[in-house]
Amino acid sequence: MKYAYFPGCSLKGTGKAYEESLLPVMKHLGVEMQELDDWNCCGATAYMAVDEGKACAAAARNLAIAEKSGLQQVLAPCSACYLVLNKTQHYLHEYPGMRQTVARALETVGLRCEGTSAVRHPLDILLNDIGLEAVKQKVTRPLKGLKVAPYYGCQIVRPYATFDDQTNPTTMDRLLEALGATVVKWPLKTKCCGGSLTGTLPEAGLRLSYILLKEAIKRGADVIATVCPLCQFNLDAYHPKISARWEPVPIPTVYFSQLMGLAFGLPDNQVVLHRGMIPMKPLAAPAPAAAAAR
Amino acid sequence: MSAKKEELRIGFYVCHCGHNIASMVDCVAVARSVEKLPGVALARDYKYMCSDPGQVLIQQDIREHKLNRIVVASCSPLLHEHTFRGATEAGGLNPFYFHMVNIREHDSWVHTDRQEATEKAKALAEAAIRRVAHHKALEIKKVPIHPDVLVVGGGIAGIHAAMTLANAGKKVYLVEREPSIGGHMAKFDKTFPTLDCAACILTPKMSEVGSHPNITLWTYSDVTKVDGYVGNYTVQVKRKARYIIEDLCTGCQDCIPNCVFKEPKFTDDFNEGLGKRKPVYIPFPQATPQVVVIDPEVCLNFKRGKNPDGSPIVSDKCKKTCVEACGEKNAIDFTQKDELKEIKVGNIIVCTGFKTFDAGRVPAYGYGTYKNVYTSLEIERLVNASGPTGGEVILREGKNPDGSPKTPKSIGIIHCVGSRDKKTNIWCSRVCCMYSMKLAHLLKEHTDAELYNFYIDMRTPGKGYEEFYNKLLEEGTHFIRGRVGEVTDWAMTPEEEGKLVIRVEDTLAGVVRRIPVDMVVLATGLEPQADAGDVRRLFNMSCGGDGWFLERHPKLAPVNTFTDGVFLAGCCQGPKDIPDTVAQAGAAAAEAMVLIDRGYVEQEPNTAFILDQECSGCKSCIPLCPYTAILFDEERKKAYINEALCKGCGTCVGACPSSSIVQNLFEDSEIFSEIEGVLSYD
Repeated sequence: MKYAYFPGCSLKGTGKAYEESLLPVMKHLGVEMQELDDWNCCGATAYMAVDEGKACAAAARNLAIAEKSGLQQVLAPCSACYLVLNKTQHYLHEYPGMRQTVARALETVGLRCEGTSAVRHPLDILLNDIGLEAVKQKVTRPLKGLKVAPYYGCQIVRPYATFDDQTNPTTMDRLLEALGATVVKWPLKTKCCGGSLTGTLPEAGLRLSYILLKEAIKRGADVIATVCPLCQFNLDAYHPKISARWEPVPIPTVYFSQLMGLAFGLPDNQVVLHRGMIPMKPLAAPAPAAAAAR
Repeated sequence: MSAKKEELRIGFYVCHCGHNIASMVDCVAVARSVEKLPGVALARDYKYMCSDPGQVLIQQDIREHKLNRIVVASCSPLLHEHTFRGATEAGGLNPFYFHMVNIREHDSWVHTDRQEATEKAKALAEAAIRRVAHHKALEIKKVPIHPDVLVVGGGIAGIHAAMTLANAGKKVYLVEREPSIGGHMAKFDKTFPTLDCAACILTPKMSEVGSHPNITLWTYSDVTKVDGYVGNYTVQVKRKARYIIEDLCTGCQDCIPNCVFKEPKFTDDFNEGLGKRKPVYIPFPQATPQVVVIDPEVCLNFKRGKNPDGSPIVSDKCKKTCVEACGEKNAIDFTQKDELKEIKVGNIIVCTGFKTFDAGRVPAYGYGTYKNVYTSLEIERLVNASGPTGGEVILREGKNPDGSPKTPKSIGIIHCVGSRDKKTNIWCSRVCCMYSMKLAHLLKEHTDAELYNFYIDMRTPGKGYEEFYNKLLEEGTHFIRGRVGEVTDWAMTPEEEGKLVIRVEDTLAGVVRRIPVDMVVLATGLEPQADAGDVRRLFNMSCGGDGWFLERHPKLAPVNTFTDGVFLAGCCQGPKDIPDTVAQAGAAAAEAMVLIDRGYVEQEPNTAFILDQECSGCKSCIPLCPYTAILFDEERKKAYINEALCKGCGTCVGACPSSSIVQNLFEDSEIFSEIEGVLSYD
């Protein structure tokens, strides 16, 4: 299995832990990820809101490069990238006018985008291409006793619920269960983390992060697992401000890929838990019997 | 051929249809153009050809101008072909010397350029003029109608249709797939807006059906095959094995308490899964017929798997205490097999009803996740005195400190679940506003809880319905306008702890609300039955894009289908309440009686026939005929067509390698002339 890999800016910056953990996990599962040559910013949601035509053209450039590489599947781990690339693909198929605009723009740099590649999310690939059975086989250190609140955020399920339910997604739940973790039932799986409001309107944005953190603790979670760099950032980076404004809600937020690496027994520099601001407590040592059996 | 020899004198009429045609087609220009064509004796335009004076015009012209062919360019033949054939006949001509051109649906209604639409009308007219020259005199055949009627589905629609027919002296077969008739209405507690008890008004009708001498009631049965045509249908019905000999069972139900299962432990579908039943059961106290059923899936006497034919293997391992209890009545028969019955009927009324929307398809409302979220049908059973709790409204989850089940103190009813929603079903289910208010009233009566109705629009168009709404407003039920976003157990305040929180935008007040309640009721919409597609094919009906069976005309033929002799009533045609269902069932019965009392049906003579001397006896046509109308004369090695069975589909005509099959009204000369007419116009 080989995928074109579109990292986007977050995975090279604030969401570095996502890339650092996802790449070894995928490699461990026998999946090859080939980073797109000369990729550019997906435009994120901000650009789409300003100028759809230009935003689509910018995003489509990445799809065009992927097509040129001969790889039909584009793996986009960042939720914003995943949404924007999907939306661009959708617009190219649905709106002939947009197709023309994008074609003209790409022509100037000698590229063509047929819109044939599939934009995929790692959860989709893990569950539907690789399969939970294969994942389970790689688990050497089950996350027994670890209570995880799976947090999907908004962008991978809305508006395009391509591989999971819009309001009650379960792919990450099933993945975490395959790793041996206990999934905490909580109804805030797809609630807003505050998004960029944490920067622009902190009173509103931080409140949303606070609600999520508080509810996760209330439901008995040890850790929040997420798929989105912005969610991870919001839930992890603002604890001092949240404590000052409301109350301390100390619970770590990590990427699902970090928990996978942990369960696969990968070395610390590939699980990169140290990147988090709120530290995750070390797992209980495996029971002696289980250790002996191994 | 004699028609060819006499001089052709065609009369052509183009109809304005008020503005319907005239606004987009220059009717005068069409008449002037047709006038010049060979064989045309006169061409006229007229405001309404279907009107009485329009028809008289045709008759007078036939007599005065010695016309021998008539062409009318107007609307669809579906609407008025019959009318103009009648006028042609009244003028003294064979009605099949008439041909109709559709310049409304096919032209004026679908075009926007008057010039081009007019040219198209001229081309279509010329095609018809050329075609009608080849028309022959044909005869309409009359086929007698079998007086018996099949009613499919024993809900209130089927019950009312069957009773109406039976009371008029017609013999009726009423086939129902469940063990009892009654349908959804039998599950309801009370009916809106009068709040009369559903059982009190339904069960007398049910028992009348059960005992009516003109009704053959087959419950626990499926229609498996339908052959034939209007007036003469042959229908196969599978009577599923209920392991009880119906004639011997007295309905004493002594077998039920004596079943080896001491406690009921299997899901009771009649009570929407809220209650339990035993392997031997009667669905509800007033079930008709009063005959028990044995469920072979769970009965101990069958725990040995299945025979190759799908019937369960009798293990005889059970002590069979039920048989002992039945005693000399000997009504229990574990060896019973499914039985196929074949009946002949002239008309069929389809009343197969609806299913309620699966609330699990809207995960945001938590049905299946939160135990205290209910569907409306579950509440009907919960408030019903013969329901699983004897009419006591208690919550599935939560206990009082003394261990007794909890009664809700606050209840939210969410409207339009699976209705008026692009993600699920786009249509309004028509009954939910009213039944939600009915349930609000009943729940208040039973529990004295605070009641909240969350609605998008209140739709109360019916006699006494708006008054009922006002009554509810006065009772103090809260009405909040807004589609609910979600039902969640995520509490933000101490008052919300342990409750279900309904999050909704109150669009009248312009605020987002969080309303904590103990119980949530989802007003699920109505959907076509899961097997509606199979039923549709079985009876050769059509359905709309939404899956509801299609009536022949939404306004003027609401109970007819596109198959003659097959009628519709009740919710299988679309969501409707009980009054509308009963009205439609009565109408369907009346339509069937029209045919029965007339005694015959006229058959369009568009049947195919085989030119005997040309037929090579290759039999290519025989397997292709969908109506098994083609037979083979083994002695003469020639195929021949049973005219009574031929529906004029033309499949055999196209398939015959030696072109020896001809179809009336669609002969080669007629079709080719018509094509030439369209193509040669310039």
